Amino acid sequence: MTELKCTDPVILNQWHPLSSIDEITPGLIHSTMLLEENISYGMDTDGNAYAWPFDNQLPTRSRLTSKTVRNPLPIHIAHGYVWTSLGEPPETLFSFEEYYEADRINVPTGVFGVNVSAGRAVENFLDMSHFPYVHTGILGEEPHTEVKEYAVEVSETRDEVLATQCQFYQPKAALASEGGAMVDYTYRVPHVNCALLYKSSPNDASRSDVIYMFLQPMSQDWVRAHTGMCVIDEDNTYESIRYFQQVIFGQDKPILENQYPKRLPLDPRSETPIRADKTAIAFRRWLSRKGLRYGVIPAAA
Amino acid sequence: MTTDLTTWHPIASSTDLPMRHIYHGQLWGREMAVWRADDGHVNVWENRCLHRGVRLTVGLNEGRELRCLYHGWRYANRTAGCTYIPAHPADAPARTICNNTYSAVESHGLVWSAVDPIGEFEAPAVLNGNDVLALRPIPVKAAPDIALKHAKSYRFSPIGEGCADVTLVEETDNHVQLHAKQDQSKATLLLFVQPVDAGRSILRGVLTDQPADAGNILRHHNRRMQALRDVIEAEATMLPVPEPIEVQFSKVDEELAKMPARAKSGPKAELRVSVAHKWDASEGVAGFRLEALNGQLPTFQPGAHIDLHMPNGMSRQYSLTNAPGETDFYRIGVKREPDSRGGSECMHNAVQAGDVLAISAPRNNFPLRRDALKTILVAGGIGITPMLAMAQTLHVQGLGYELHYFAQSEAHLSFPDVLKTFGSNLIPHIGLDPASTGGALKELLSGYDYAHHLYICGPGPMLEATRKIAAEAGWPEDAVHFEYFKNTKEIDDSSTFEVALARSALTLQVPAGRTILEILQENGIEAPSSCEQGACGTCLTTVIEGEPDHQDVYLSDSEKASNQKIITCVSRAKSKRLVLDI
Repeated sequence: MTELKCTDPVILNQWHPLSSIDEITPGLIHSTMLLEENISYGMDTDGNAYAWPFDNQLPTRSRLTSKTVRNPLPIHIAHGYVWTSLGEPPETLFSFEEYYEADRINVPTGVFGVNVSAGRAVENFLDMSHFPYVHTGILGEEPHTEVKEYAVEVSETRDEVLATQCQFYQPKAALASEGGAMVDYTYRVPHVNCALLYKSSPNDASRSDVIYMFLQPMSQDWVRAHTGMCVIDEDNTYESIRYFQQVIFGQDKPILENQYPKRLPLDPRSETPIRADKTAIAFRRWLSRKGLRYGVIPAAA
Repeated sequence: MTTDLTTWHPIASSTDLPMRHIYHGQLWGREMAVWRADDGHVNVWENRCLHRGVRLTVGLNEGRELRCLYHGWRYANRTAGCTYIPAHPADAPARTICNNTYSAVESHGLVWSAVDPIGEFEAPAVLNGNDVLALRPIPVKAAPDIALKHAKSYRFSPIGEGCADVTLVEETDNHVQLHAKQDQSKATLLLFVQPVDAGRSILRGVLTDQPADAGNILRHHNRRMQALRDVIEAEATMLPVPEPIEVQFSKVDEELAKMPARAKSGPKAELRVSVAHKWDASEGVAGFRLEALNGQLPTFQPGAHIDLHMPNGMSRQYSLTNAPGETDFYRIGVKREPDSRGGSECMHNAVQAGDVLAISAPRNNFPLRRDALKTILVAGGIGITPMLAMAQTLHVQGLGYELHYFAQSEAHLSFPDVLKTFGSNLIPHIGLDPASTGGALKELLSGYDYAHHLYICGPGPMLEATRKIAAEAGWPEDAVHFEYFKNTKEIDDSSTFEVALARSALTLQVPAGRTILEILQENGIEAPSSCEQGACGTCLTTVIEGEPDHQDVYLSDSEKASNQKIITCVSRAKSKRLVLDI
């Protein structure tokens, strides 16, 4: 891969998710797209993962052995996913301790192709005020539309955007109760294309369920969203958790695909933020400070 | 056809805009949300909610306002100004939050627009005075100049079949005029090429006369126009595909990007309006319909008021009574005060239809939440005016409310034509003395529950009584919203103190007999104000340090006790020094 279509070092040097381990058939070659490049990947029967720029000698769905891979790309296996990079990635990936807690179930809830930039998709994930309008009757409901004051910080040590003390009214908040209630949320953006939300668990008041979205940027305005949940839940089946998350994402997708421009504008004067958008404002500033250019409209210098 | 942004083009047919629909138009790469309000007005807006860029064409046309699908922001007919942000139900949106609009004219069965027009729209003269027929628009995947080049070779029959003699009468930079003659029949067609993007166009034909057999003629043009499209696209496919036009989005106000912003000094008189109509709205109340002399009146929200400057030099505040979407006029009601200091006297006697007055843009210090499970509106006398705007808003949105209207007699019920639209939500209380008013209030305020909200506007004593009864009935203070007409308290301005302005790095002395507001304005500090008697809340300022001596009727008791806010036009300091966030 001599000439890359993407020339932005900020995005080239990130780890990017390719697939959840669950969905890789060992010994078989899979392929996908990353930053406009065709990429093949797979795992051998010993659990070693590989990724490489598409190679005519190794067609998709053919057999994979470690000896066949030429020009391998960096590989990282973490949080249930295989990650790669087209540049020089950092040694580690962000932390996600809950994923490794023994009493949780980890459910990859699906991969969604969305015609929008990664930045727009992350912002939607961080947004509460759309719940009554987009996820009507599930995550929110009119007239309970108010976004109460919450706290946002950009952690210098962990280099991530963190929103805490977020609260929003949710109808049928707990499976056991019919009535609505305020639900607590915490949001983390530990990676330019990854976000996690922590939401009070209906099954254990002292702990949180985690919902994550890891974005694989196919191009500047086209992503694959790898979503999943990491929950304390003995009642729901794998299928019902997947179904729930797919309904939610299916409601967001048409909104995201109608955002205009598709790339995320970083100039503070390009759109009109309100107090409820504090997390998004911090996220855009954080991206600006990193000097990100891919998938965004940078603020004029 | 070169990219000329000043030319007017047809961008939609009138029939593309049925009730409550939003049509997606496009001109020179710019997407447009085209929608007709219930009052018939056609809006052409940039197809992008200024909040997060979501296309407005996926939103909802609610007849008076357009609602964005993503976060429920509401934008008014005509002005495109934001009237409500559901995430912050207790706040009035900044007046300057406004979607970008394009010029729009509906004429001859078409909607016309231009990206950056010079001068007013003028229809081609041949259309004027005619009963025209707009044909079905035909999209073509070709650059506008290629489409226009072939448009003049379009052939059609005035009777819908056979061969006619077609001549080119005129050719302009956006249409051709063709005349067809066949035996005794003739027809004139204007064929417009709408430049959608660098490589896309729409053919829009208009016949200058309604044919007898419109259905047959429309089908005939469909067939012929399809054939023309094939010819145009055959040529276009031989040429390189032009890059789509890259659209530059204009930036939002600097103020909005870093909100919250403070308004500029003053009672303002930035708008000129004419009195279009003056009438008796009820016994002792005159109604006024004010219309802009030119341009568009700014967006208002329910609860908003304007400063009105009278010919005698006085200025007074009046609430707007308009319903949502009634954006081409302001309607106010003025009560004749027997002990008038000249304000109501002047409005009743001197001001007449046709007069020109100066007013401020609307300001909203009495915003209406729309997230209540139930809203109770209590109006006394002329206090009905802001309640009319609120009740109409709640009514059209289908939100639960009661409007309790206390008046001297049936004849004193103002704006009966508006009142009758409320049906059983209106509960008049006629001719009650203070004791029975108290009884009625006790009864109607007895059932407080979660997310109920109470709004009160009326004479001082009634307002005080209502607030007291509500508090006794268990209404929390933040569920009780009120607006006084005026501050009837005796203002004690004998104190002398110092104000330090934290952000302006200035320290000023306020002597006895002068107000903080006056001293600020004298020293060149931008400080908005309106009533200047401690009633309207426009001059509200944050206190960082010191103990205010509250003398206003705007702040609630707990707001006063917290000492975090001050109304600078009347309130003073108990401490020697106040530090203000200015």
